[in-house]
Amino acid sequence: MPERHFLNDNYGIRSWLLTKDHKRIAILYLFSITFFFLIGGFFASLIRLHLLTPNGELFEADTYNKLFTMHGVNMVFFFLIPSVPAVLGNFLVPIMVGTKDLAFPKINLLSWYLYIAGGTFSMAAMISGGVDSGWTFYAPLSSGYLKTHVIMLAVGVIIAGFSSIFTGLNFIVTVHRMRAPGMTWGRLPLFVWSNYAASLIMILGTPVIAITLILLALERGFHIGIFDPKLGGDPVLFQHMFWFYSHPAVYIMILPGMGVISEIVPCFSRKRIFGYSFVAFSSIAIAVFGFVVWAHHMFVAGISVYSALVFSLLSYAVAIPSAVKVFNWTATMYKGSILMSTPMLYAMAFIGLFTIGGLTGLFLAALGLDIHIHDTYFVIAHFHYVMVGGMVTAYLGGLHFWWPKITGKMYPEAPAKLAALITFIGFNLTFFPQFILGYMGMPRRYWAYPPEFQVLNVLSSAGASVLAVGFLLPLLYFAWSLKYGEIAGDNPWQATGLEWETSSPPPTHNFHHIPIVTKDPYAYGEDAEVTVVH
Amino acid sequence: MRTEKMRRSPLSTSQTTTTEHHPALAHQFDSMEQQQEASTFGMWVFLLTEIMMFGGLFTAYLIYRLKYYPAFVAGSTSISVSWGFANTLVLIGSSFTMAMAVWAAQKGYRKSQVWFLIGTMVLGTAFLGVKAKEYYDKWDECHIPGIGNQVIGKPFNAWGGCSIKDTSLGNIAEEIRDPNKHGNPNIPEVAAEQTAKRTEIFFSFYFAMTGLHAFHMVIGLGLLAWLLLRAKSGEFGPSYYTPIELGGLYWHFVDIVWIFLFPLLYLISRHQHGV
Repeated sequence: MPERHFLNDNYGIRSWLLTKDHKRIAILYLFSITFFFLIGGFFASLIRLHLLTPNGELFEADTYNKLFTMHGVNMVFFFLIPSVPAVLGNFLVPIMVGTKDLAFPKINLLSWYLYIAGGTFSMAAMISGGVDSGWTFYAPLSSGYLKTHVIMLAVGVIIAGFSSIFTGLNFIVTVHRMRAPGMTWGRLPLFVWSNYAASLIMILGTPVIAITLILLALERGFHIGIFDPKLGGDPVLFQHMFWFYSHPAVYIMILPGMGVISEIVPCFSRKRIFGYSFVAFSSIAIAVFGFVVWAHHMFVAGISVYSALVFSLLSYAVAIPSAVKVFNWTATMYKGSILMSTPMLYAMAFIGLFTIGGLTGLFLAALGLDIHIHDTYFVIAHFHYVMVGGMVTAYLGGLHFWWPKITGKMYPEAPAKLAALITFIGFNLTFFPQFILGYMGMPRRYWAYPPEFQVLNVLSSAGASVLAVGFLLPLLYFAWSLKYGEIAGDNPWQATGLEWETSSPPPTHNFHHIPIVTKDPYAYGEDAEVTVVH
Repeated sequence: MRTEKMRRSPLSTSQTTTTEHHPALAHQFDSMEQQQEASTFGMWVFLLTEIMMFGGLFTAYLIYRLKYYPAFVAGSTSISVSWGFANTLVLIGSSFTMAMAVWAAQKGYRKSQVWFLIGTMVLGTAFLGVKAKEYYDKWDECHIPGIGNQVIGKPFNAWGGCSIKDTSLGNIAEEIRDPNKHGNPNIPEVAAEQTAKRTEIFFSFYFAMTGLHAFHMVIGLGLLAWLLLRAKSGEFGPSYYTPIELGGLYWHFVDIVWIFLFPLLYLISRHQHGV
């Protein structure tokens, strides 16, 4: 390990809380999003525990509403959206494009403080009695009827939104203006491409959720009429404005995860990525299509049949760039010399689970079928396959892949593989029965259900406890590896990419000399190392 | 053209760029040109997010304007065009002084940049003063939506002047149909009552939109004060004027938002007088 690196360059709490180093800010994010993940996971466990019995013996109906609201808000706004961009993206984007830091380091630090401020508001709403609007805040329920702290939670979400806007802004400017000499757009790692695409959604979508929630808070606080039909407002307008952000937001959540997979698959197949430019531009295509499909959340909300037809068709179109990625990852693995290490296990789990999640999304985009399975557990299973089976899996895979780079230490391979396996089994046991439950008609967000659904619910709850073990194991061995892990060396995977050219952990300014890039990324199996001029 | 110049040639090493080191050059950039390009680009990206934010509000406004057009006309004709027009002039004037401040900074005229910044701040404050006066008038006329009947006790009255007039909606509906008061007798009574009620939505948007705009003005004044301090210490000159230029970009953006707000809120169907 190098004598001096970003972790020991400076000591003391101030050197962390006032740091402008993108790598340290990534670590701050790592700790904070883990915290919110555990809180969100805690609520999920309570939900699954409650659903063990059909008549809901554990919680009151109102409490149950608060549980799924706080689970959703914590996971969506405080874990999934920042997860890969704010932790791995913050750490890697500047290194991957070959520069010393993001374009605006102070704004990067500000974004972390905004995240913490938003999280504080959300925690305060939680502690002072919880909120039971669902993470979707539908008006007029949230603006006129509920007696809980909706405004406090909305303020938390708005503030956290600005944190994600600033992250996106920083990424976009860095990718445009700070690339190392020779780092052309065609040589950008796919992880950078997908974070760039996600950043486009962050800067264009997030302001709209901010203004929507501001209007909601005004209606709730001052009883002015915007969304409440009693006051002349239109509740469907709220849904349009909410989903204009919140649908593209699911691509903020999944795109960076796809970027992680695009890095892991070529590395452990020892092959160049298949169809680089298709994978790169499919990220942009997903970001663009993502903005024109939002009303598929509203097929039964009373929108016109013709607009529903158009939105249904456009939703199918999203499947094209997504499938391009899946096929290209598979084609990359074809005839590769595949090494089944932990990151690769997660990547392969991602490909399978994301495919199931994506294909069931097409069921939901079909107008007729959606009327049957709308607001059922089928929807829950669908988006958990994408969000947990996809994004969380990719996040864990990426964390294992770059852990040696971030800390300079290797995690222990055997328990890591075991954890990946447990996660995979636990995940499918939790969420596959929910597809069947939903298809049989069990509605989401109900605190009780008919007794004939119990077997599948018990299976799902059992799976959740397995899944919890799978998620907690990495916490243990990652912590263990900090002290006892083997020294990783600069490039333990023999991977290509600028981040593997510098030492592990990297020095504060990332490179001892700014690199000059002469080759394409993913030049596996060729003598094509990136040249560093001294 | 500018981008080509700043991109380092593949043959150069990092050494070449560190030779001319300006005190304002941040460590992550290689040159002042790169820093200026990145900062300006960052500001434009930020303004894009602002457009999306106001865009959501404008969309909601347009939808209700289509849905409740007569109510929006009634609400719009009740607010003062002259004050709105005066404020438009004030704001355009402030954009001019702001542009001059940037120009003075680029030329290195220290004294005039300070005075132009002060001028911009004075005009910005004047705008907020007029806005406050207009808000007070709304309060006086009982045109504050929602809040009255809930918290403070001045009920909203679509036709204004709650201190003298009966607040029952029947009265307002009559006026909407009264030809002597620019009303239209062909409107059915029920529709007139609905229209009277819906003016409250117009005022909801009036306050949400001008309020968000005024909030941006306040932030802008804060930025100007900070720029003023830096300009006074002589930080800006021909080789470094990025902050004042970016402050200018932001100020012009807030100005342009008002250029859209003024006709949308103040000038609906002025020639028709009621519907």
